[in-house]
Amino acid sequence: MDWHQLWTILTTPDNIPITALLFLVPFYTWYGLRQALANDRLIAQLEANPEMAKTHHRKVYPYKPGWPREVHVWPYLLRIELLAAIVVTVILMVWSITLDAPLEEPANPNLTMNPSKAPWYFLGLQEMLVYFDPWMAGVVMPTLIILGLMAIPYIDENPLGNGYYTFRQRKFAILTFIFGFIVLWVSMIVIGTMIRGPGWMWFWPGQTWDHNKLIFEVNRDLPDIAPFSYIPGIKTQPVRGLFGAAVMGIYVVLAGWLIHKLITLTPFNRKIYARMSLLQYVVMQFFLITMLLLPVKMLLRLLFRIKYIWVTPWFNI
Amino acid sequence: MADTDGKNGGAPESKTPAGNGRRSTLAALLEDSKAIRQRAIEEIKALKQPQKTVLWKSMFRVKHDETARSRALGVLTNVFLHLHPAKINRDAVRYSYTWGMGGISFYLYIVLVFTGVLLMFYYHPTKVVAFRDILYLEHDVPFGKLLRNMHRWAAHLMVITVELHMFRVFLTGSYKPPRQFNWVVGVILLVLTLLLSFTGYLLPDDQLGFWAVTVGTNMARATPLLGHDGPFGPQLGMTPFNDVRFGLLGGSIVDANALLRAYIWHCVALPIIASTFMIVHFWRVRKDGGISGPAPVMLESEIKEPRKL
Repeated sequence: MDWHQLWTILTTPDNIPITALLFLVPFYTWYGLRQALANDRLIAQLEANPEMAKTHHRKVYPYKPGWPREVHVWPYLLRIELLAAIVVTVILMVWSITLDAPLEEPANPNLTMNPSKAPWYFLGLQEMLVYFDPWMAGVVMPTLIILGLMAIPYIDENPLGNGYYTFRQRKFAILTFIFGFIVLWVSMIVIGTMIRGPGWMWFWPGQTWDHNKLIFEVNRDLPDIAPFSYIPGIKTQPVRGLFGAAVMGIYVVLAGWLIHKLITLTPFNRKIYARMSLLQYVVMQFFLITMLLLPVKMLLRLLFRIKYIWVTPWFNI
Repeated sequence: MADTDGKNGGAPESKTPAGNGRRSTLAALLEDSKAIRQRAIEEIKALKQPQKTVLWKSMFRVKHDETARSRALGVLTNVFLHLHPAKINRDAVRYSYTWGMGGISFYLYIVLVFTGVLLMFYYHPTKVVAFRDILYLEHDVPFGKLLRNMHRWAAHLMVITVELHMFRVFLTGSYKPPRQFNWVVGVILLVLTLLLSFTGYLLPDDQLGFWAVTVGTNMARATPLLGHDGPFGPQLGMTPFNDVRFGLLGGSIVDANALLRAYIWHCVALPIIASTFMIVHFWRVRKDGGISGPAPVMLESEIKEPRKL
């Protein structure tokens, strides 16, 4: 156990935000879900008791008839904003006084940094480079992440949970977002920052970053692995390309089927599914199938050492 | 003068015309100064109630009494506060609901603009002096190091708060009707935040920024159709000297032109674009009915039939 290495990684000034993320993201996930569960208990209570549902103010916060429903912005909101500004300023001041922004040697194109890392918020994308070619990891995936995020309000047809925390009423949406945000985005950033060392190799926390480490791992393409390698003509195009296209087709069908099963799992899910238009359904399937491609390729690489599934003269996936 | 003399009835010593004139002038001056002094004292006393002065009234236009109406007007007639409504839902001020992340992001943006403008006074976006300017800032400029540290940490913090803000908005379903489009604007702002931070990364012109931007922009060469390493790029005639990466860097490598481009995107173009989208974002929060909640919970049995096309 190389504690010094671990300490160096955790306290590198530019890694402090990730160290902060390690605490902030779990905290706020808990903070939000705790309120979601509290609201869920209220919802269950109101559903069991229609008489109560008619008269209840429908929040977990205390309320008595006669209390004003609204408060003045000045002072009740502005004082909070002022306080927040002061707290943030103090945090920022202390942080800036105690920790210096990193400054390396002058830029030198002849001396490559190893590891040379993107800023931490892009390390998820850089980590994706392990599993995808740059055109996928650096261009197509980020574009689809942005477009997919923008599409969320237009494909989520569930009218419940508008303006309050809830888990029970939006299980699929919340689990999908947490999977995308925490499992794929934040954890990949953490891996890229803390785990990946020289040569972008995997170093467990506490393992020394060995600049001479070599790993003799042979990544093979799917068509080169038995039993597919016995397909006649698999070594040459176009059979290789067509085989890859067929495998991708099978993946799309399987993933689409799995996602369909998930979004029609419960009676409530089926009710929401019935509200969706064909266009909404197709768009949602497209983004979810693409999102699922990442963990699938990660597993293929980590478990079976498979590099590409689909090999063509122009691009590889 | 004559008026004052007449009023005071003249001084008893005044006998000769010449002496009379001299003495009465002196006395009149003394009287005048007494009157002025009296007036000054009265005016200073009046300053104990500054809100009654013309200056104050011209600035704030409304009375700030201890009344509900004054409180409302204080918010509504103030250019900096007018984005707020006069009154809000009693539960909407709860930190547990909003996490305050949107407001903190905006505050950090203001901090970044402020520190960024100060940094601009000491920075030349040229290969020769950019790095030296940073050294100068760190070692010679008063509070230069603090300034640079604050700018960098506020930028990192802003990325975190913007992401947490998005997380909260998702968990509370605040993107649902009628706020769908504001979510789209928010996603654009998230992208702009990342781009602002990324373009700033190159500016110190050190190894860290140089290689981060090299790694980042190398991905652009793999853009499908538009990059010389990307799918179908070469087939469309893309080379290192005409593809999308060339456009970003102003060259085929990260060099002086890339530094200048990063500087202009970082200090001029992106802040203007981001500010514009922020204005739209805040405006839409109000126009879509204020912040989304905490709204009363809705039950499954109350779902209305969807509108058919």
